[in-house]
Amino acid sequence: MALLFKNTKLVELQIDEYLDQIVQGGLVFKEGVRFYLEGRSEEFETHLALLREMENKADTLRRNIESQLYLRTLIPESRGDVLGLLESADKVLNIITDTLLEFSVEIPSLPTEVHQQFLDLVDYAINCSEHTVGGIRAYFRNLAAVRDHINKVQLYRRETNRMAETIKRTIFRRRMALSRKIHVRYFSYHVERIAEQADDVCDRLAIAAIKKYE
Amino acid sequence: MSATTLFFISSGIFLGWSLGANHAANVFGTAVMSKMVRYRVAAIVAGIFVTLGAVFGGAGTTQTINQLGAVNALAGSFTVALAVGVAVAWMTYLKLPVSTSQAIVGGIIGWNLFTGSPTDTNAIVKIVSTWVTSPLLAAFFAFVLFLLLERTLKRARIHLLEIDAYTRAGLLIVGALASFALGANNIANVMGLFVPASPFHDVTLGHGLTFSGTQQLFLIGGLAIAIGIYTYGQQVMVTVGSDLYRITPLSGLVVVLAESIVLFLFSSQTLEALLLRLHLPTIPLVPLSSTQAVIGAVVGVGMAKQGRPVNLRVLGKIAAGWVIAPLAALLMTFISLFFVQNVFEQRVIAAQPAAAPLVATAAAPAGLSGPFFAP
Repeated sequence: MALLFKNTKLVELQIDEYLDQIVQGGLVFKEGVRFYLEGRSEEFETHLALLREMENKADTLRRNIESQLYLRTLIPESRGDVLGLLESADKVLNIITDTLLEFSVEIPSLPTEVHQQFLDLVDYAINCSEHTVGGIRAYFRNLAAVRDHINKVQLYRRETNRMAETIKRTIFRRRMALSRKIHVRYFSYHVERIAEQADDVCDRLAIAAIKKYE
Repeated sequence: MSATTLFFISSGIFLGWSLGANHAANVFGTAVMSKMVRYRVAAIVAGIFVTLGAVFGGAGTTQTINQLGAVNALAGSFTVALAVGVAVAWMTYLKLPVSTSQAIVGGIIGWNLFTGSPTDTNAIVKIVSTWVTSPLLAAFFAFVLFLLLERTLKRARIHLLEIDAYTRAGLLIVGALASFALGANNIANVMGLFVPASPFHDVTLGHGLTFSGTQQLFLIGGLAIAIGIYTYGQQVMVTVGSDLYRITPLSGLVVVLAESIVLFLFSSQTLEALLLRLHLPTIPLVPLSSTQAVIGAVVGVGMAKQGRPVNLRVLGKIAAGWVIAPLAALLMTFISLFFVQNVFEQRVIAAQPAAAPLVATAAAPAGLSGPFFAP
């Protein structure tokens, strides 16, 4: 019996650690973008490396959790939903890492007047991912709170879209090469994808929570 | 014990096997079908506790079953148990969670009708009334327990994985308790018939411990139930654990808990003594249908959840089995007794039936009754 609870605790800790990686990844991403915009390339690259490390760690944790849940036939009723949630949450971290990597590879030239807007855009998108993680944590402990997190994710997603639109409007009304405009749009679209993926996770989360209430 | 005696008791063993095969679902069906407990583990735990319950708690309900009709010749007991066993096995083959308690009543009434023995109407009223009260009580307990558990879990904010671990442990513990209660309550259906004609004598084990003849009989019955659970119990589990209502592990725990409470209430001599001491009305010690209790509990949980409705078609099928089983047992007993008496020339009733209904006691009747065993 003690072994049963020990294993349960271990998986529980792994899930928490996995979700921590997503939250911390978001914070590192925010800092990374800020460093990029401030031209602090060394710090930016350090943050990118850190983020990639986090993504790898999260992947390993997710695989461990998946195999533990299957091998020990834990939560047979909700296993499918939990695995689906963890996998789709992993995509959020993947998009976050890919986006920062694109900054490093493509070195987009963002006009100074959209810097603050870009920081706000990143802020909203990361808020989405943080509340998604909050929602997943609530799914495990406090189902009633899931709804609050989902509502916040939806709100921040709308804000992300609004901010991305503002950036695009600003850029496309500016005198600059079309290729550069498209490049900036491409980057705002990438950040938007973080919020969109977080929203997709919340759709799954909402269904999983309803199933638990059944 | 002679080979002939063993042969006659074999029908009780067969009935025990049928009961085990059919009733394992009531105890561990939800746990196994929700993949919380492996079938092998469930079968071993159920087998051990059913046997313990039968040996140490089976006397109370046996008194009632013998009040209904004291089958006082071993050949008669054999025939009744065989007919009932076949009826239950048939229902098991059809994957219906049938009531052995109801089938045995049909069998005893069949014996009474064949031999012209009177049927104790008080006993039959007592037994039949529990057919209504036990599922209602189980539904009530399940309803209340489920709501209580749900509220507690909401407040406690326990991690889903921890709830899973607690539920798993709970299903095993409650399953073991329910198995004990099942053995204590239902052994009367399996071996109660043989008590008035029991071939076993009391054995003193030392330190003042006595292993009575009835307990020896019940040990054999308990082991037969355990083997039934292990070898064929998985079939009916599908019906109880998934077809009737999609049971979650947590609601499964509530269902088994409610069922074991009801079985305990109707089989505990300790509780009866306590109520008597307190000058309170007692609960009749009657071999209940654990199937009815479990179905009642499932309906109770369904009502508490207010979600997916209970599958009424399956419920109807199960209820039909409850009507068919006693009627089939009655008919089969009557026909079998005719053959046993007239074709095999065996006495199915003692030469001089007891004036008063026999009551099972710890001490089994000395020797075997009926001319069959005469030298």
